[in-house]
Amino acid sequence: MHLKYESTLREPLVDGVKDYHQVTEDIIGPIEAKPGKLWYIGLFISISLLCFGIFSVTWEVYWGTGVWNLNKTIGWGWDITNFVWWVGIGHAGTLISAILLLFRQGWRTGVNRAAEAMTIFAVMCAGQFPIWHMGRVWMAFFVLPYPNTRGPLWVNFNSPLLWDVFAISTYFTVSLLFWYSGLLPDFATVRDRAKTKLRKYLYGIASFGWTGSTKHWQRHESLSLVLAGLSTPLVLSVHTIVSFDFATSVIPGWHTTIFPPYFVAGAIFSGFAMVQTLLIITRKILGLEEYITIGHVEAMNKVIVLTGSIVGVAYLTELFMAWYSGSRYEFDTFYKFRAAGPLGWSYWIMMTCNVLSPQVFWFKKMRRNIMVTFIMSIIVNIGMWFERFVIICTSLYRDYIPSSWGYYRPSWPEVGFYLGTFGLFFTCYFLFAKYFPVIAVAEIKHILKTSGHNYKEKMVKYETEDNDKFAHDQAHH
Amino acid sequence: MAVKKFVVGSFDDEAVLFPAVKKVRSAGYKIHDVYTPFPVHGLDHAMGLRETSLHTAGFIYGITGTTTALSFMSWVFTTDWPMNIGGKPHFPLPAFIPITFELTVLFAAVGMVMTFMYLCQLAPFVKKHVFHPRQSDDLFVMVIELTEKTRAEEVKAYLDSVGAKEINEQEVEAGWWLGRFDREDKLFSQRTTPVNA
Repeated sequence: MHLKYESTLREPLVDGVKDYHQVTEDIIGPIEAKPGKLWYIGLFISISLLCFGIFSVTWEVYWGTGVWNLNKTIGWGWDITNFVWWVGIGHAGTLISAILLLFRQGWRTGVNRAAEAMTIFAVMCAGQFPIWHMGRVWMAFFVLPYPNTRGPLWVNFNSPLLWDVFAISTYFTVSLLFWYSGLLPDFATVRDRAKTKLRKYLYGIASFGWTGSTKHWQRHESLSLVLAGLSTPLVLSVHTIVSFDFATSVIPGWHTTIFPPYFVAGAIFSGFAMVQTLLIITRKILGLEEYITIGHVEAMNKVIVLTGSIVGVAYLTELFMAWYSGSRYEFDTFYKFRAAGPLGWSYWIMMTCNVLSPQVFWFKKMRRNIMVTFIMSIIVNIGMWFERFVIICTSLYRDYIPSSWGYYRPSWPEVGFYLGTFGLFFTCYFLFAKYFPVIAVAEIKHILKTSGHNYKEKMVKYETEDNDKFAHDQAHH
Repeated sequence: MAVKKFVVGSFDDEAVLFPAVKKVRSAGYKIHDVYTPFPVHGLDHAMGLRETSLHTAGFIYGITGTTTALSFMSWVFTTDWPMNIGGKPHFPLPAFIPITFELTVLFAAVGMVMTFMYLCQLAPFVKKHVFHPRQSDDLFVMVIELTEKTRAEEVKAYLDSVGAKEINEQEVEAGWWLGRFDREDKLFSQRTTPVNA
């Protein structure tokens, strides 16, 4: 029995034999190489979807929101479902980049860059839905409190929909700043080793003239820490405010006080699923398995099983409160129109995907299985989409008056719009994966000598020595 | 902008760099800067740099956001155009909290990033001299400015003795500060005392 320098639970975060230069080669290399066939195919499909989305939205703007299958009873359908779904997905990126930074979780380093990129693209997609839902979208600037000739007539600061405008735009701006300030040093790395003139010029612009001066690094560290500190409550506030869109209303099924924590947990849950989907493909195609290790995948699966279980508890709490509150309307919404009734199937898809299936991640073997993780990530994404659909549509399609009861299915422009945001998201992601360093190079170098495989190996020599001598030596380091 | 002469020494290990920085400083040479591919903790202290106050600036921007949001919404709802919205109070403080919080974060983040960019003189199309192309890859590059009192050969020999792997001499314009970098310094070519005297 020998003393261990570090707990065996701390797996290396970077596998293989690496030095600083090798890290640069591995991560910057794919940017300098020609993209493969798969990349072109993927980009082509994404751009096609994006074009179809643009067509669907143009159709909607030309004819009005009437082309969507919405009516007076079901005023929100796929559009707002997709909005909440995309915003939620964004949350995992901020959780990884900000909250895990404050908690000093070393494993975030391998995945934070791609996760933050995902956040930004997801919020871009989310933002489309409320904007185009406005119908007369050329009036969209009315949501801003600017001095106008109508009084000036100001916006209603009491409205959660207006809070959303501020929350989403702040979230997008702050995420973008956080992401880009982290990218500056890595763009400088690409610039300094560029072989072609064009690349040197373009990455020169993108890197803002970063040199790696010690003073600049000192300020950069301070900036990252404060931005992380700001983003942490920000990310919690964003989905809280999104949940207020529902919770401050008087619709049975919506006006519950459990919504903010329930929405935030759901957001992180779905976001991590999307991170898994993207990174499992990215690490394989770009050959980054030594940086996004199976340990990283397992850590994220642990977050998925935790948040999935929180979401499960929230579902059960809702059901309990619907009965315990003694409110007829609340009870009917949950037990007759949500868990049963014509849209009841969507409730059970949600329950299966979000609560039952993630429980496989209690088993270590499953958490460390790439194929299981990938399939689960898709299932969770589907489940979380249905959660929003269930909350929105099953609360609306059975109104107080049975004469206005209806069924809801989307029309083609609604589906086209949703597919279009996939196009937008993946077009951005493909371009990111090709032209941006998908892993934070400087941050990996920073942790390399404490968490790199070959550096950890060096400790074995000391550990196999006599315990007393080892303890004595360590005490003097 | 001043073109100056520098002796550039590159190190390949931060464990060698640290004592080297201390020795060079105590020998009295003027370290222009040390360029590293990633933040090396403690290097700023070793170089004798003071702590940054960027976070204090962030706090000030933050409270500016708080007051802007609170005072603007209060003014609109109580003074400029008091409206009856479902009989709710004209000054609903709880309803102001979300936007107040968001603007606090927005002001703090945007303000800090702008300040950071100003202080470090970073912007698109800004081009700065790179002393060694591998300073953003795997080398730690110590740049020593030659003054009237230092001789290049002596500095080179000293850098070699403290463990620099690659040493050279460069005569460049190292940086600028909105056009007034080192205003008090004379151009290298205009100095009366030759450097290698």
